[in-house]
Amino acid sequence: MKLSVRMVAVAAVLATAACAPQTSGNSSSDKDEKTGTLRVWLFQEVNNKPKEEVVDSVLAEFETAHEGTDVTVEYIPVETRAQRIKAAFNDPKSAPDLVEYGNTDTAGYVKDGGLADVTEEFAAWDEAKDTDPTARQSVTVGGKIYGVPYFVGVRALYYRTDVFEELGLDVPKTQAELISTAKEIRAAKPELYGIAVGGAYTYGAMPFIWAHGGELATGTGGSYAAAIDSAAARKGIEAYTSLFGDDNCPAAKCAAMTGNDTITAFAAGKAAMAIGGDFSHAAVEAGKVKGAYAVVPLPGLKPGSIAPAFAGGNNLGVLRSTTHRTLAVDLMKRLASKKAQGELFEAMGFLPTFSDVRQQVAAKEAFVKPFVETLAADTKFVPASPAWAQIDAGQVLPTMFQEVVSGKKDVATASADAAKKMNDAFGSVG
Amino acid sequence: MVLGGFLAYPIYQLGLISVFHYTQAQVSGGEPTTFEGFGNYSALFSDGQFWEVLLATVVFAAACVVSTLAVGCALAVLLTRVRAVPRLALMLAALGAWATPAITGSTVWLFLFDADFGPVNRVLGLGDHSWTYGRFSAFFLVLLEVVWCSFPFVMVTVYAGIRAVPAEVLEAAALDGASQWRIWRSVLAPMLRPILVVVTIQSVIWDFKVFTQIYVMTGGGGIAGQNLVLNVYAYQKAFASSQYSLGAAIGVVMLLILLAVTLVYLRLLRRQGEEL
Repeated sequence: MKLSVRMVAVAAVLATAACAPQTSGNSSSDKDEKTGTLRVWLFQEVNNKPKEEVVDSVLAEFETAHEGTDVTVEYIPVETRAQRIKAAFNDPKSAPDLVEYGNTDTAGYVKDGGLADVTEEFAAWDEAKDTDPTARQSVTVGGKIYGVPYFVGVRALYYRTDVFEELGLDVPKTQAELISTAKEIRAAKPELYGIAVGGAYTYGAMPFIWAHGGELATGTGGSYAAAIDSAAARKGIEAYTSLFGDDNCPAAKCAAMTGNDTITAFAAGKAAMAIGGDFSHAAVEAGKVKGAYAVVPLPGLKPGSIAPAFAGGNNLGVLRSTTHRTLAVDLMKRLASKKAQGELFEAMGFLPTFSDVRQQVAAKEAFVKPFVETLAADTKFVPASPAWAQIDAGQVLPTMFQEVVSGKKDVATASADAAKKMNDAFGSVG
Repeated sequence: MVLGGFLAYPIYQLGLISVFHYTQAQVSGGEPTTFEGFGNYSALFSDGQFWEVLLATVVFAAACVVSTLAVGCALAVLLTRVRAVPRLALMLAALGAWATPAITGSTVWLFLFDADFGPVNRVLGLGDHSWTYGRFSAFFLVLLEVVWCSFPFVMVTVYAGIRAVPAEVLEAAALDGASQWRIWRSVLAPMLRPILVVVTIQSVIWDFKVFTQIYVMTGGGGIAGQNLVLNVYAYQKAFASSQYSLGAAIGVVMLLILLAVTLVYLRLLRRQGEEL
């Protein structure tokens, strides 16, 4: 019985090797219904309640404006977003009409054929002219626009003012000072991490690599080559991984930590410093350390310089398979409107993607200053290649950091291995 | 025929996907599908990590099978030796463990051994020792959970088998002065052979395919992927990196290994002159 199954399977494979496996008929839908239910997927943030309130008020307006429509929103966990969104591309019937997605995923999703081209609608949108150029870049692939920017995000250094005051420490002005200050704090207060770092916190580690003049990959026009094993990048990896250890953040705990974990640790009062985004503000405010912390740009190598930060953020996009294209585009514009982005900033601290709105909020809220300063200094982006989604999902960089901090490989070997995996990925997408 | 269709069709699809270049772009219709022949397999076999993961899977599954059988059989014998009330209690406890969904069980075990809040560290006085950091301690932790959730099946099945053994046989052995171990070794084990074969094959298949426990307890494969087993590795390739064809190739390799193990095992038993 078992044998025959195998025989059948092998025979079947050999006999029909010429016919291809199924592909989804995820062509753009020709239907454009004006009533019915729209499904929206947004990301679940660490402290999600205020975001839900902003979204709910937009939905209420939308449903009033379009009679006979109903919108259901699902908040999906950031960690499993890749699987969820791919599943949506594969099965258009159960897919949402509108999704929030990380701006690093744009190129990959476009290659997958999942996002609708909204170039015309974007050009016709009266608010679009104030979108800042980097944000516009993050929805653009091959000259076409595949969504609207929802917010931009950038990271800076959170530190505990009470701890620094008690120990009589100065705010670090260089990366070297940052590392020595972290270790000093840990020595004086062993119950705290000097600076909370995570082996899986890629975007917290990148500024260290960039500050030393390293790059993740170099290249133009869609073809990239890994540069993570260059001498400059290695210096950055060494600097970042030197923060793992009993003298700052014990590898046994910190090697597995993600960006969210480091913020949770800081918010709970278990770390004297952390690299957090402007988007982490609400989570920190909701924690124990409220009122006892401040934020400065993450220092670079020279005194007074700012380490280049990763220009992150999220976009909203309409799925190609939607049967409610007009409605979905309208809802997308409403969710990402100047008004809604302003409200989202007040609720969550997410920085608006419109230059004018950002200036307005920066004038009102002092805490935005270090982040706006960081944005004004050098910001960098991950390679704009569909391979990045594969590199990110394949945990290439976290694996590299974890191999170094757990002592399995030295920096040279681990970075060379990571470079090889990255090049394989760049090669496989052509 | 229907059964054949249900069994063969998924395997046919798996085999088919494994000989194409089939990634997310092909599934959602962004790019055409291309035939690769055995390209995915040769990529897999030339990947050093695959062999490392395969070895870890085999050793880990073997350890799980041996531990599960030992615990299950020992408790089954114990069940026949105790009074009704403790027997009922043990049965209920085992059934509780059996009925617990793997993901819940894994989360609870992880919490018990948590570095900061876990009661185990507090009881043992280990401070903030992290069980999931070291490769072997992480595997050991997962092994405990796997044994915990799969021994009840062995225990209940073997217990039912022992109850079917005529009481006179056991009585005669006891009168001859045989020890408990001796009775198991020379009387029960041979008589229960068909049942033991079934539970062993079941355990091999289960433990070789373990996924949830590793995925949940080591956070998707442990620090730098040190706790990867084949199923999680296939998942990483197939879904996280959306290289479905490579994932399918791993699936086919697993299927062939499991079929081979089962066939060899059955052949060995036949050769010993035992009919099943």
